[in-house]
Formats: sequence, C-alpha cells, structure tokens
Amino acid sequence: MIPAAFDYVRAGSAEEAVAALAAHGDEAKLLAGGHSLIPLMRFRLARPAVLVDIGRLADLAYIREDGDHVAIGALTRHRAVETSELVAARAGLLGEVTSHVGDPQVRHRGTLGGAVAHGDPASDIPSALLALGATLVAIGPGGTRQIPVDDFFCGFLETALAEDEMLTEVRIPAADGATWGFEKFNRRAQDWAIVGVSAVRRAGGDVGVGLVNMHSTPVRAAAVESAVASGASAAEAAEVAAEGCEPSEDLNASVEYRQHLARVLTRRALEAAGL
Amino acid sequence: MEISVTINGRAHTHDVEPRTLLVHYIRDSVGLTGTNIGCDTSSCGACTIHVNGESVKSCTMFAVQADGEDLLTIEGLADGDTLHPMQESFRQCHALQCGYCTPGMVMAAVSFLEENPNPTDREVRLGLEGNLCRCTGYHNIVKAVLHCAAGGEQ
Ligand SMILES: Cc1cc2nc3c(=O)[nH]c(=O)nc-3n(C[C@H](O)[C@H](O)[C@H](O)COP(=O)(O)OP(=O)(O)OC[C@H]3O[C@@H](n4cnc5c(N)ncnc54)[C@H](O)[C@@H]3O)c2cc1C
Ligand code: FES
Ligand code: FES
Repeated sequence: MIPAAFDYVRAGSAEEAVAALAAHGDEAKLLAGGHSLIPLMRFRLARPAVLVDIGRLADLAYIREDGDHVAIGALTRHRAVETSELVAARAGLLGEVTSHVGDPQVRHRGTLGGAVAHGDPASDIPSALLALGATLVAIGPGGTRQIPVDDFFCGFLETALAEDEMLTEVRIPAADGATWGFEKFNRRAQDWAIVGVSAVRRAGGDVGVGLVNMHSTPVRAAAVESAVASGASAAEAAEVAAEGCEPSEDLNASVEYRQHLARVLTRRALEAAGL
Repeated sequence: MEISVTINGRAHTHDVEPRTLLVHYIRDSVGLTGTNIGCDTSSCGACTIHVNGESVKSCTMFAVQADGEDLLTIEGLADGDTLHPMQESFRQCHALQCGYCTPGMVMAAVSFLEENPNPTDREVRLGLEGNLCRCTGYHNIVKAVLHCAAGGEQ
C-alpha cells in the first residue's frame, strides 16, 4: 500500500532534527534508513504527519575508537558495522549479529541508530548491545545525555527517548579478546528471529547475554549471567534462560516453544562463546 | 517536492509527493518499467536497484530520499546490445523461467559480486537471501552467479 500523506522535512544537522521534532510534537517521526518505519507506514500501522529525514547526516555515520570504547554514529549503516575491522576486533559480537540482519539490501540501508531507537523486541541488534553493555547517546533541546542500554527499552516499541530526542551515538565498551556466540532461529532465509540469543564472554571471564523476541522489549538474560558468575556450566545456566521473560505467542511459536528455544539457543550461544 | 536523480547516467527532475515510493517514481514518473513490484512487505527483492552502487529495495525508500543520488536500474546494465556479463550468465545458465524476479535478482547479484568477487555456492545463496523466485528453485540462479564470477566461460 502507499503510505498516508505526510510533510517531509530534511534535517541538515542533529540540532535541526531535534528542533523539528520539538516543533511538531508527537505528529513527527525521524526517518533514518526507513527499513522499519516505511514497512509500517505501508501497512498504515504508522501515519506520522511529518517525517524528519536524518538519513543525510553523514557526520553521524562513523565507527571510531574513543578511549576504552568503540563509538558508532547512529546513522551508520548495518553494512558498515558488519564489515568494520574495528568492530570485528573490539566488539566482534555486534559485527556478527549485524551480519544476520535481514538481507544485503536491508543492510545497505538500515542504520544502527534506527535499529535501536525502534525498540523492537524482534530485532537482533539490541540483544548484542545488551550483552556488550552499550551506552546510548541522545541529543535533545536541552543538550546531550547518556543512557545505559539497560534503561533504554521501556515497552513494546517504546524507549527512554523523549519525543524531541534523537540518538546520535552508540558506545560499546571495548571487548578485546572476548569470545561470543549468536544463535538465531528462524524458518526461512531473511526472516526475523523466532527467538535469538547473543552471548559474549569477556577476556576477564564476565558473561553477557541478550535475548531476541522473548519479551515485550529486548531483554537481558540476567538469571543466566548470574548463574555463570556463580560457577554454572553452559548447560546449567541455560536452564534459567527464560526466567523473568514473558514471550508472546504467534503463528510461529507458542509461549512454551519460545521458552524451550531460549534454553536451547542460550546453551549453544554460551558454548560458542567458549563456556 | 522537486527532486533530481541520475538514473542510468541520465538526469531526471520531477515534482513528487513525499509519500511516493522510489519504485513507483521509477516506473510511473520516469517510465522505466523493468524494475518490478512483487510484494507489499519488503520481502521479495523484485524491486532491487542500485543506489550509489549498492543494492537496495526501491519499494522501501521514498523517492525524496533518492534526491541527488545516482541510481542504476536493470535498463542501465547492458552496454547497447551487449548484455552485462551477469545478464549473459543468466541467459546461458537458464537462470529464469517466468522472468518476474529476474531484474531484481540480476541487480542483487551484480552488487553482491562487487562485494564478494569469488563467492562459494553458500555465499551466493546468502547473498541473494533478499530475493525470492517462485519458479526456478534457485539452483540455476546460483549457477549463473558462480558462472559470472568465474569470468563467464562455458
Ligand atoms: C525485509 C526486512 C527484513 C529485516 N530483517 C531484520 C532482521 O532479521 N533483524 C533485525 O534486527 N532487523 C531486521 N530488519 C530491520 C532493519 O534492521 C532496520 O534497518 C532497522 O530496524 C531500523 O533502522 P532504520 O535506520 O531503517 O530505521 P527507520 O525505519 O528509519 O526508523 C525506525 C524508528 O526509529 C526511529 N529512529 C531512527 N533513527 C533514529 C535516531 N537516530 N534517533 C531516534 N529515533 C530514531 C524512527 O523515527 C522510527 O520510529 C528488517 C527490515 C526489513 C525491511
Ligand atoms: S517489491 Fe517486494 S521487496 Fe520490493
Ligand atoms: S523466474 Fe519466475 S519468479 Fe523467478
């Protein structure tokens, strides 16, 4: 279907984008890669009156080292993350997870910031950011602020961003020497995960685990992490993978099946991470 | 809103409604109908074109997002009467039946080989993950891409 009509505003800077959001309130939405928003608009599940295009903000498309973390601009496309040597060396899990997003065409357009800001529990990328303990940087009319990823996902497609805030950067604590595993279960090529699991084991032994499609938000498998910290094996820790999660039921899977997948995939991901 | 794009080396300027999808712009305003529409869900890849040299689903972009960009569609691939090596490989390997998916498939395959010039069979399958074909069972399409990567010899 053709989306409902909207007014189009092209932002020349993050400040301009934020000002446009502030001027239009909840009528406006940012447009980055468009690969979550345009499909929703085509189904008329989203009908923003104003689209503020931030897709041309080239100064927010970068991947660089910044002290003890890797800083990635919000407008960085999936393809750039997937092929970055810096990401591979210092945040390898994110590169791996990104390479499983959709298909090459999707990865040529979709952006890291869009994938995070959309707040979709079925998205692969937030699971990696949870596992890696990322920090998100947002700009609003009052300036910038940092949001720990654990405080970012608030509800189904809801995040901690205010209506007039925009994500500018994702910061990932460097995980040199880490080992990781990503398990994505789907039935057809290109599909979204029915359930997915990101696991990373840092050089010091700390383990982070994030789950895809197991809750109304992207969610950390906190019980698994503490089981590992108190000496559990991969198989033992994976038993509590679904603890605290309320997965939904749909055509692909019942609640019980999702819980089962979470346990199996968590064990595999932990084992791939070297546990 | 007025946009200017280069398509297959030619400049075009049109006034478009912001909600116009790029694929509709290419087909209806510019009149290049080689790019097909096969779905409503960004799944099938029949609409694949190149934007600044990379494969993109033109049904999942607004025309206004392409303002100022360099586009290539299936019509721009051949050099006069000489088919592009990928088109030639599709022909030689019988990589199409009804042909509906073919423009998108060829555009995706060309972009894929630019990123990965010496792929394995599995890499070709993953590289064409975003394109559906309801006829061929993919086998000959994969063969055609490998044939093209190998330089197109018989
Ligand atoms: C066919 C298809 C298959 C896909 N498969 C997968 C998959 O398997 N796994 C997966 O994880 N994803 C998948 N995706 C989604 C893809 O990863 C999207 O690119 C991504 O979710 C959104 O990024 P975007 O830049 O396209 O965002 P947009 O669609 O432009 O925006 C998404 C939302 O975020 C907001 N937003 C965007 N940027 C910012 C910002 N900087 N600050 C604040 N708000 C912002 C927008 O207002 C909008 O509400 C798929 C998409 C398609 C079309
Ligand atoms: S028409 Fe099916 S992906 Fe574009
Ligand atoms: S040849 Fe018919 S859809 Fe591919």
